[in-house]
Amino acid sequence: MIRGINNALRRIPVWAVWLAGAVPFAVLLWDIFTGGLGVDPVQEVEHRLGQTALYFLIGGLAVTPLLRLTGVSLMRFRRAIGVICFAYALPHVLAWVVLDMGLLWGQMARDILKRPYLLFGMGSFLILIALAVTSNNLSLRRMGGQAWRRLHKLVYVAAPLAAMHWLWAIKVNEIAPIFWAAVIALLLASRLVIRRPMSWTRPARS
Amino acid sequence: AQTINARPSPLSTDQTPNTFEEITNYNNFYEFGTGKEDPARNAGALTTDPWSVEVAGLVDRPGSYGVEDLAPDNALEERIYRLRCVEAWSMVVPWIGVPLASVLAKVGVQPSAKFVEFETLVRPEEMIGQQRAILDWPYREGLRLDEAMHPLTILATGLYDQPMPNQNGAPIRLVVPWKYGFKSIKSIVRINLLEREPVNTWKQLQASEYGFYANVNPQVDHPRWSQATERVIGAGLFGGRKETLMFNGYGDQVASLYAGMDLSVNY
Repeated sequence: MIRGINNALRRIPVWAVWLAGAVPFAVLLWDIFTGGLGVDPVQEVEHRLGQTALYFLIGGLAVTPLLRLTGVSLMRFRRAIGVICFAYALPHVLAWVVLDMGLLWGQMARDILKRPYLLFGMGSFLILIALAVTSNNLSLRRMGGQAWRRLHKLVYVAAPLAAMHWLWAIKVNEIAPIFWAAVIALLLASRLVIRRPMSWTRPARS
Repeated sequence: AQTINARPSPLSTDQTPNTFEEITNYNNFYEFGTGKEDPARNAGALTTDPWSVEVAGLVDRPGSYGVEDLAPDNALEERIYRLRCVEAWSMVVPWIGVPLASVLAKVGVQPSAKFVEFETLVRPEEMIGQQRAILDWPYREGLRLDEAMHPLTILATGLYDQPMPNQNGAPIRLVVPWKYGFKSIKSIVRINLLEREPVNTWKQLQASEYGFYANVNPQVDHPRWSQATERVIGAGLFGGRKETLMFNGYGDQVASLYAGMDLSVNY
């Protein structure tokens, strides 16, 4: 069965993932132009972009545990998932700079240094920039596989930082950010606990 | 619904109010959920008639009062006030209500009373946000007696020409325009006159972030975000920010209440 799933997945072109990744952005644009963002469009734009980025970040983190646990491989799509994550993180930060803060550079600079939630968010974003910039084949060849993989392990730092960014921005314990922080913690822990593919993921020989 | 005729007041701002739509669809009322649109979605379940407010503590005439007793139709005034949330956004709201001082006069405040405590209804079957312990229900707030007696402080029973919508704190709520919005407690069922400073819910949850006074103050930041500027709801995607005013722009009227106090300690 696993082989069947993987064969089916192999027939899906990577551009289909890019297309799927563009759907939340298309919905957002639609809502902007049809007034579907509610009373506070600034916050809605900012939050939706940030949350979508986090979901793709988590999606990327889930690829290896899924492979080790079930044998289902989404490895071909992982780079696209990561770049889509960045493609939402970048406008999320821009929405904060332009729409939310109205280009008040002084206040933004002071806030980033003073506010943990912004510090966490910016830390996560800087890592995502480094990963996105080196996400192409040329960078992979120039850096060499080992150094490239080492750099891209920084996603293990970026994801918890992004979760903390959300948790520190709110006033009371809300379900959604706690849930996603727990998912990230589980995915990271699973890498330590399950270090290689489980035996049942390899087809038994007859 | 029946429209309310309220006298205009010289204490109103001449700024343009937000629309009814904005005021009733962007609320912090955690009794109905933590999202800004949750109260509009969920508050319809609340029964606001019959309603009674228990007046207790250091008063001459304690007891159970109806909304009409506290805020009779012929006493209603329109008060167009700026509203500044502790989350650094703001609105302008045309409230309808009566001075809290008139209510306190009615019940007779005893000389030993120094503070007023307010409580919101607890009714988890209708207020679904109360089914989780995100705050220590009932929501409680308090004012020093001189703050409560100040002419700007009102108990509101309507907005625009409508009875108070449930998501805005029906049927009767406090409005203190120079303080962060969380001081203006909604759906009040208890008013208690005390000698000591009462506990308020947000201070109880996180005293380092929310104080008893909660006066709007651009110089004293929330530990996790700046209070120097605010986003004006209704200004659109590119509305930017405006500078927050000391006491939300009511400094001329209220600054004297805090003469000699260190507002970075008493935040």
